[in-house]
Amino acid sequence: MSNYTIDNFSSLTTWFDTMLNNYMPSWLATTLECLLVGVGLLLVYSLLALFYILYERKICAYFQCRLGPNRVGPWGLLQSCADMFKILIKELISLNHIDKFLFALAPYLVIIASMLCFAVLPWGNGLQIIDFNIGIFFLLACSSIGVLGILLAGWSSNNKFTLIGALRSGAQMVSYELSVGLSILTMVVFAGTMNVGEIVEAQADHWFIFSAHIPAIIAFVIYLIAGTAETNRGPFDLPEAESELTAGYHTEYSGIHFGFFYLAEYLNLFIVSGVATLLFFGGWMPFRIEGWDGFNQIMGYIPSVVWFLGKAFIISFIIIWFKWTYPRLRIDQLLTLEWKYLLPINLVNLALMVWIVTEKLYFGQLPQ
Amino acid sequence: MAILQEKISKIFPEATFEEGEILLVNIPDAKLHDLVKSLRDDHGFDYLVTIVGMDWVTSLGCVYYLTSTETKEFISIKTQTTDRDNPMLHSIADLYAIGGIYEREVYDFFGIIFINNPDMRRLFLNIDWVGFPFRKDYDASPEINPVSTQSERQTDYTQSWIEMPDGSIKEEKTRIFNEDDFVVNIGPQHPATHGVLRFRTAVDGETIQKIDVYMGYIHRGVEKLCEDLSYMQTLHFMDRLDYFSAHNYHHGLCLAIEKAAGIEVPRRAQVIRTMMDELSRIASHCLFIGTFCMDLGATTMLFYTLRVREQILDIMEKTCGARMTFNYDCIGGVMADLDPDFIKDVKELLAVLPKNVAEYNKLFTGNVVAKSRLTGVGVLSNADAKSWAITGPSGRASGWACDVRKTHPYSVYSELKFDQVIRTEGDSMARFKNRVDEILQSKGILEQLIEMLPEGEYCAKVPKVIKLPAGHWFQVVEGCRGLFGVYIESDGSAKPYRLKLATPGLPAGAVVDHITRGQKIADLITIGGSMDYIVPDMDR
Amino acid sequence: MKQVTAQGMPYDAWKDNDYIEKLVTELRESGTNVLVGSLDKLINWGRSNSLWPLTFATSCCGIEFVSLGAARFDMARFGWEVARASPRQADFMMVAGTIVHRMVPVFRRLYDQLAEPKYVIACGSCAISGGPFRKSYHVAKGIEDIVPVDVFCPGCPPRPEAMIYSIMQLSRKIKVERFFGGVNRQENQKEFLAAHPIEDTSAANID
Repeated sequence: MSNYTIDNFSSLTTWFDTMLNNYMPSWLATTLECLLVGVGLLLVYSLLALFYILYERKICAYFQCRLGPNRVGPWGLLQSCADMFKILIKELISLNHIDKFLFALAPYLVIIASMLCFAVLPWGNGLQIIDFNIGIFFLLACSSIGVLGILLAGWSSNNKFTLIGALRSGAQMVSYELSVGLSILTMVVFAGTMNVGEIVEAQADHWFIFSAHIPAIIAFVIYLIAGTAETNRGPFDLPEAESELTAGYHTEYSGIHFGFFYLAEYLNLFIVSGVATLLFFGGWMPFRIEGWDGFNQIMGYIPSVVWFLGKAFIISFIIIWFKWTYPRLRIDQLLTLEWKYLLPINLVNLALMVWIVTEKLYFGQLPQ
Repeated sequence: MAILQEKISKIFPEATFEEGEILLVNIPDAKLHDLVKSLRDDHGFDYLVTIVGMDWVTSLGCVYYLTSTETKEFISIKTQTTDRDNPMLHSIADLYAIGGIYEREVYDFFGIIFINNPDMRRLFLNIDWVGFPFRKDYDASPEINPVSTQSERQTDYTQSWIEMPDGSIKEEKTRIFNEDDFVVNIGPQHPATHGVLRFRTAVDGETIQKIDVYMGYIHRGVEKLCEDLSYMQTLHFMDRLDYFSAHNYHHGLCLAIEKAAGIEVPRRAQVIRTMMDELSRIASHCLFIGTFCMDLGATTMLFYTLRVREQILDIMEKTCGARMTFNYDCIGGVMADLDPDFIKDVKELLAVLPKNVAEYNKLFTGNVVAKSRLTGVGVLSNADAKSWAITGPSGRASGWACDVRKTHPYSVYSELKFDQVIRTEGDSMARFKNRVDEILQSKGILEQLIEMLPEGEYCAKVPKVIKLPAGHWFQVVEGCRGLFGVYIESDGSAKPYRLKLATPGLPAGAVVDHITRGQKIADLITIGGSMDYIVPDMDR
Repeated sequence: MKQVTAQGMPYDAWKDNDYIEKLVTELRESGTNVLVGSLDKLINWGRSNSLWPLTFATSCCGIEFVSLGAARFDMARFGWEVARASPRQADFMMVAGTIVHRMVPVFRRLYDQLAEPKYVIACGSCAISGGPFRKSYHVAKGIEDIVPVDVFCPGCPPRPEAMIYSIMQLSRKIKVERFFGGVNRQENQKEFLAAHPIEDTSAANID
């Protein structure tokens, strides 16, 4: 990896890998590395989830002329820690007349799906857990496991509200998966690769949203809408529409099982923003302008992790903004929006992108 | 009035009449249905205001209040039966849609069976309830009807007593839902029902097929409680029915008592009362806008509308001393004079109001999602609105000019200039917009009231113990959600013999089944929200 | 004597300190080891700072509860704004309003559906004693006979400030709890439930 930013984790990780391999057999080194990565991932995952919960609570409070949590810890920073702590030791109610195995399995499926997606994101310069040639494909595949968890949760709870919530969620996710997939595909067509590292690298001088201009902007808007729907957030929060279905598909879940759904919801928000960052805003790549070396250098002083997280937080902010502004759609309107508007636009947009790529109407250079 | 009386006596020679403020027709039960039908079809009495169940000890019966939406004229009909063990009257549920629910209420309280009413289940009380609480010989000892944590027994069948062509009465049972219907219980603890109301909803996928409205989760027996209290003491219950229209309901009951006792209210008190009514209307509509938007998922609106509501509550608190249960209107006037800051505070409120309303419209009314969620959803036609007795802003959204402030002006309303906000679409959007517009109308009214506020007494001199002469009185006022009627029957003592409160909540809840059929589950929330019922107001 | 307080409020500003002191004494006397004690502290910190209410309101007090959530009183400051509609996920129940005969079984079931640890605040005179409707034929005379109550919040309806204070008192009470034995609210709760059993919770339908 080249030195676009001041921090370059690839040298650190390579050094660490060589050091381990010097002291122990390579199988042990790999296992240890996997373990370390796993623990680190879990830690970052939970910390980020806690941060996101507080982030949304604070943002929505400011939208609503309130202060939001400010009593637990300095500026309320420990509020979501207290919440998580409580939820960990809260009773797990065992219910009769349910499919106990599937009921217990569902929250894990949801959280595993989001954790797998989480693993693909390019965190920073050289800071990527696995960088393989079908990264984007892997991401799409993993994100659809989440639907399964929600469907199972709704069905296995043996409750009418959860069932309706799950069915809604099924219809919604299957539909919007298409739009998410197609808008990602549009960008993959442009990038010519599914390798996450290469996609980021390709955006060194121009982020895709600038270099692929019109089709990229269309794809971004569609992705943002469909991504919001994918994560079941307002105005598409029908599966857990509080005023209609009490708590939707997770009505019957208590304690940490509910906590998993709760965490996954916020993490999915981060993942959607992260993927948008990756595909449209250059991942961890700093904002660079070709030729302005001084400017590029200054931008490079900001660490890549900060770039990535910053961009993701801003996109999340937009998604949170949606939720606290718009009323909720109805199920038929939701499906109409997808099948009658987003999908055709997406297909046309894909064709447009292919045309642009073949006619070389974009700015800058492509990786291939 | 005299012409009408003549006409009735021609067709129904057995009818006797009692002249009064409102003409009262005494009619035997057998002719009741024919009389009401003829009144409805030939004389334009198309709106059934209320059915007052009565226990006159020697007999049980009902007083029906009808009004014509054209001439605004009232008429009351009294019918009774002396059979206390198995009292039966004829139903008028086929003439007025709301009649069915009103009759169920009377059955629940007095045990009067209405022949031909298709649904004669108890309305508020459990099926195992012993006795009929509003009868004068009801045994209220808690051992008979104990508080029980056991789930109440429920039935899937409606009861009805049908008159056969040969005149015999046959008891029938019909299933409420089909055997294979997917019935979802929405409520009683559900965030969208605005309290403890329960909809048993049969759905096909997301489409609603039928709703059985199940009430009584907050039935507190206010009317019965009033029978043991002096007139002064009955007033405070008015705060706790529709807690947003506390002032308006107080006003209504005070007017009824003052009318009966012949008390003249000082003009200053009248203006103050009207001001309070309009302030609470603004506060109530603000809260409506907020909670309605919250039900639709636009939570942020609630916080913006509550800001105005808090401002109004501050004004009220300064004068009345409370935020919600004000107990401010009293017999003969109001409890205390206005706070010295009152006028200044109200003027401040009125100054910010248009800006706020514009903000609500910008944030929600013009929103494309909101439009698609509300337009054409839950359409209530003009005829249905009258038949279901949907008054207030909801009724006016169906093109029915039913504002009591215009049709039967009370206090100083006849001197004020304001418009009835009327829309003809009858959908949820019209009901929503009507309320937003009424905020601005109320603002205009308040401006005029500030100008006309006279100096003088704020309360007339009234005796410590108020005794009403024997007789009965009926008074209507405009609550925030529609027509509020008070019926007082007195036997000359210091306590009401019967106090009936006709609230707008009950019809608004009952009509939900009618207008949600074929709509989506999400629309139930929209429609329920736009009808703006208050459950304690419904159950009393 | 350890001064138990919550949300940074000075100890002397609280009322009913003697009640809490009684609990603290009980806690002392029952004795505990250091490890469990500090674990208790951590658990109680989490629980007392994260109280999620159940959206449950029957009448007037419920509207004041809405005001409590609004910008002016903003219960979000204390982290109480995560109102859950599903009883499985809520921590405490603010019984805001009258409980009538028909509501009693529903209410009791809601309480039973709450996941441990669960708390109840009787909010307003109706929930405490039946209030102005006490003499009615269809009103339960207080909820004390139906569920165990932790905090009573008087008023008709209580002002939002009073509601805030009552939830703060609850969170203070949670701080003198013990996870295993001793001053354990759950034991009292079990006693209560044993004294007020429900024979059959399934809704009986008749044909």
